[in-house]
Amino acid sequence: METNYSLTGDAGQYLNTWQKIGLGITGLGLFIVVLYWGNWNSQIEPSWFFFPLMIASFVLGTGFYTWGAYKGAPAGIKNNGVYFNPLTNRGSLAWVSGVLLTLFYVCLYWFPGHLGLGMGANGTNLGLVALFDGLSHLFRNKDADQWFVYGTFYTLAIVFLGVKFLVKYRHNKYQIIRTIVVMFSQLVFAYFLPFILEALGANDGGYYNLNPVNYYPLNYSFITPDRIDPMVADVNQPIGMAYLVWGIIGFLIITPVITYYVGKRWYCSWFCGCGGLAETAGDSFRHLSDKSVTAWKIERWVIHSVMVFVFIMTLAVMYTYFLNQEFALQFIVPSRGAGMFILFGWVALGLIAFLFLYFKNKGKSRKYLLVGAAIFTFLGVLMLVNYSLGNHQAFGIASYKIKQWYGFFIGAIFSGIIGVGFYPLLGNRVWCRFGCPMAGYMGIIQRFKSRFRITTNGGQCISCGNCSTYCEQGIDVRWYAQRGQNIVRASCVGCGICSAVCPRGVLKLENGPEEGRVNDNPILLGNDMPRMNPNVK
Amino acid sequence: MEHIVIIGNGIAGSTLARHIRKLSDKRITMISAEHDNFFSRTALMYVYMGHMRFKDTEPYPKSFWEKNDIALLHDYVKCIDVEGQELSLEKGERLKYDKLIIATGSCPNKLDWQGVDLIGVQGLYSKQDLESMKANTQGIKHAVVVGGGLIGVEMVEMLLSRNISVDFIVRDDQFWRSVLPEQDAAFVSNHLRKHHNLKLHLSEELDEILGNDAGEVRAVKTLHGEEEIPCDFVGLTIGVHPNLAVLQGSDIAVEKGVLVDEYLKTNQENIYAIGDCTQQKNPMPGRKAIEQVWYTGRIMGETLAQTICGTPTKYSPGNWFNSAKFFDLEYQTYGWVRSELQADEEEFVFEDKKGKVLVHFVYDKKSKALKGVNTFGLRLRHEVFDHWLTQQTEITEVLSNIESAVFDPEFFTRYGAEILTAFNEEKKMNIALKSKKWWQKLIQA
Repeated sequence: METNYSLTGDAGQYLNTWQKIGLGITGLGLFIVVLYWGNWNSQIEPSWFFFPLMIASFVLGTGFYTWGAYKGAPAGIKNNGVYFNPLTNRGSLAWVSGVLLTLFYVCLYWFPGHLGLGMGANGTNLGLVALFDGLSHLFRNKDADQWFVYGTFYTLAIVFLGVKFLVKYRHNKYQIIRTIVVMFSQLVFAYFLPFILEALGANDGGYYNLNPVNYYPLNYSFITPDRIDPMVADVNQPIGMAYLVWGIIGFLIITPVITYYVGKRWYCSWFCGCGGLAETAGDSFRHLSDKSVTAWKIERWVIHSVMVFVFIMTLAVMYTYFLNQEFALQFIVPSRGAGMFILFGWVALGLIAFLFLYFKNKGKSRKYLLVGAAIFTFLGVLMLVNYSLGNHQAFGIASYKIKQWYGFFIGAIFSGIIGVGFYPLLGNRVWCRFGCPMAGYMGIIQRFKSRFRITTNGGQCISCGNCSTYCEQGIDVRWYAQRGQNIVRASCVGCGICSAVCPRGVLKLENGPEEGRVNDNPILLGNDMPRMNPNVK
Repeated sequence: MEHIVIIGNGIAGSTLARHIRKLSDKRITMISAEHDNFFSRTALMYVYMGHMRFKDTEPYPKSFWEKNDIALLHDYVKCIDVEGQELSLEKGERLKYDKLIIATGSCPNKLDWQGVDLIGVQGLYSKQDLESMKANTQGIKHAVVVGGGLIGVEMVEMLLSRNISVDFIVRDDQFWRSVLPEQDAAFVSNHLRKHHNLKLHLSEELDEILGNDAGEVRAVKTLHGEEEIPCDFVGLTIGVHPNLAVLQGSDIAVEKGVLVDEYLKTNQENIYAIGDCTQQKNPMPGRKAIEQVWYTGRIMGETLAQTICGTPTKYSPGNWFNSAKFFDLEYQTYGWVRSELQADEEEFVFEDKKGKVLVHFVYDKKSKALKGVNTFGLRLRHEVFDHWLTQQTEITEVLSNIESAVFDPEFFTRYGAEILTAFNEEKKMNIALKSKKWWQKLIQA
C-alpha cells in the first residue's frame, strides 16, 4: 500500500481529450518561454507574434485543462488521483518542474543577463526580457526588466490558475470570494497600481514599494533609508508620504486589529501576493507539506528567528539612519575593560538563563523562552568576538550588510527559490510557514489574542485525515478534530480547505468570543456518561 | 501491574487504550492482525481514489503509542483460554492478560449466491480488502456493486474515480431506503444519477454471478433483469456482521455479536467487548442491539476506560447522531428520523429550489418537541442540535434559531429565511427568523 502508485502500472492520471488538448497548448506556451530564455543572447523575431501566442496558449491551455478536469461531474471535492500524478506526488514531473523553477529564480536574482537583460547593443534587452518589452512599453513606456517579466508571469499564474481554482471549488462560496479577492489584490494592487503610480510620477520607490498591501515586515525594506528617502522626497509627494503613513499604520494598527477580529487569514490567504500564488498555482501541491511534529518544531524556531532578525535588522538600520553612525559600543562604555566586562556579563547571563530554563522551566512557554535566551546569548557572543577584535559595530557587521545578507538568504533563497521553486517538492507554503516574518508576527497575535479559530463539530469526526493531508501549513488538523478541540494555531492561514475536504462537515472557520476559544474537551459530544472531572463539559 | 490486552486496534480499541493511559499507568497491549497501527477504516476509499496515502489514514504516528507506553502487537489471536487468562497467538507466543477486551469489529456479509468465490468478487472492509480491490480492478472497464448502503456507494465512488463504469444493484426502491425516509432516499438517488458512468438499478437483486473458464467473474444475472450484465469485478456490500472468529471454542457468550451488559462486560469475569463486534443484551430504548458505527465504537472505548480504571460506568451514548457522504452530497443526522414516520410524529421537509439542500425535521405531534433531523447539503452544528434534542425544544423554537445551528463555511447560503417561509406556508404558521448581521457576529461577546 505504500507503493508509489504512479510507478506500479496503475493508470496514472486519467486524462481526457480536453485535458490533453489543454496540456498540449500549455506546452506550446512553455516552449516559447524556453525558446526565449535559451536565446538570451539573441533577438528572436517576431516578438509581436510570439508574445501574444504565449499568453494565448497559457489562457487556452489552462482553460481547456480546467474544462476537461471538472466538466461532467457535479461540483465537489475533486482530488482523484492526486497521489498517482507524477507532478503532484513528487514524481518525475515534480522534479523537472522544481529544477526549472529554481533555475529561473537563480537567473532572476543573480544572473538577469541570462534572461536577456541588457544584453543587446546599448543595453537594450534580448531573450526573454526582450519578449516583454512590448508589454512594458504599453504599461509604463519603458523597456522591460527581469522584475517586470517576473511580475507578469507571477500575476498570470495567479489569474489563470486562480480561474482553475474557482472552477474546482465552485460549490464553495468561501473559496470563491477569497480567491476573487486574492486575484484582484495581485492584479490591481501588486501589478497595475504600481504602473499607474509610476505613470503619475512616483518613479523612485521601486516595484515592491508601490504595492499598498505589501506590508512591513514582509516588505522588510520598507523601513530602510533607500525606501524612506524617496518616500519623503519632495518630488514624490503626496504619494510618497501617503505610502509611508499607510505602511506604518498597516504594521502598527491595521494588521493587529484585523488579525484580532478574523485571524491572519485576511492577509495570508486574501491579500498577500505570496499567499495568492500559493493558493492558486500552488493548490495542486498543498498536500506535500510535512505534517510531522518535527516539522512543526523546526517551523516555530525558524519563522520566529526570521521575525526577530527582521526586527533587530530594522532597529540597527534605523539607528544608523537617524544617528548617522553605526551602532558602536564605545558609544556607551567608558573603557575597553568595561566593554569586555559588560559583554562577558551579557553572554554569561544568557547562558545561565538558557541553562536555568532548560533544566527548571517546564511551563508551556519554555521553548519560546529558550529561543529568546539562545538568541540573546548568540548576539552577545557576536558582539564580544567583534569587540575583542576591535570592531565596534553592533554585531560586527554594518547594518547595511545585515540587510544585504537578509536580502540574499531570506529574500532570495528562502522566499524565492525554496518558497516557490520547491512547490512541487515541499508544498506550496514553505515560505509562509517557515520564513515569513509577517506571518510570524500575525501568528503570535492569532495564537494568543484573536477571535479566530477552526471549530470542530461535536463528535462527528471520523479521523479520516483529509483535513491534515490537505493542510498546506502542515497542521495536523485531525489531531484536534478527533478530540473535539478547536484548532487554534499560529500558523493557520485560514484557506478553508480543511473545512472543504471534510466529508462529515466537521470543520468551520469562525470568529467568536475569545472565551472558550482554546478548549480541551477530553470526552467528545455524543457520550452521556458521567464525567470524572466535573469541570469538563 | 495489571495487564490490559485489547484485541483489535480500530477506533474502539485505540480509543480505549488512549483513555486507559490517560487515567492510569496499567500495562496495555493492543493486538491486530490487520495492520500494526490504528488507521481510519472510513478513509480507505480515499487511498484507492488517490486523495491520500495509506499512512495518511493513521491518526497517530507509531511513536505516539511508544511514547504512551502502549504496546502494539501485529499478530493474529487464534484462541482465548478463558480459564487460564491467556491468548494463543499465531506467531506462536502465548500472552497472559488480567483484563481482556474484544474489539474485533465486523466482517462483510456474504450470501450463498452462485459464484461468490470467483476471482474479482469481494466485499470491502479491511485493509486487505482494499489491497485485493486494487489488484482486482487493475485496468478493468466495468464493475457491478451489489447492495445499497454506505459501503456500496463508497465503492461505486471509488470505482468511478478510476474511470470504471458501474452498475449499482440496489434492493430497495430508492438508495438506502431502509434507513432514509422516502423523500430523503429519492433526493440521494437523484444525486447519484448525476454521474453518467453509474447505472442505478433500483428494486433489483442479484441472482447469480457468472464466471469464465479461468474462474474469473464475467457477468452477473439479476432477478428482474432480462440480460446479463457483463463485468470484470463484483463488489458485494450487503452489510457487515460482528467478527467473532476469535471467540470460537471459548465460553464467551455470543449471539449475533459478543453479548455485553450495560458495563460492556461479557458473561466472563475480566472480559469485555466494545465496538462493532458487540451486541447489547439489553439495548437502550429506541436503539439497536448492534450498532456498527464509528461513533459508538469510540464512545464505548471512552466509557469502558472509566470502568477499567476503577469507576464503573454504564454505556450511555447520548442522542443518536451519524453522518456520511454520498459522492458530493453530505449527510448528517441528529436524533431519530425513521424511514417511516411514526404515528405520534409530524414532519417538515425543506428542499431548496436548486435541489442542493434537503433538511428533514421530525417532531412530536402533540408536544412539538424536536425528535430528529436529517440534513443533506447543509451542515448542522452537533452541539446545538444535541442541546435541542435533550431539552425537547419545540420545532418552532428550533426553526426560528436554525441559523445559529448552521455549520456551513462563512458566506454560504444559510437558508434560514427559506426554511421558515416554507414552514409557515405548509403549517399555516407565522414564525420569524432570529439571525444576526455579519457585523454583529464579528463583535459579539
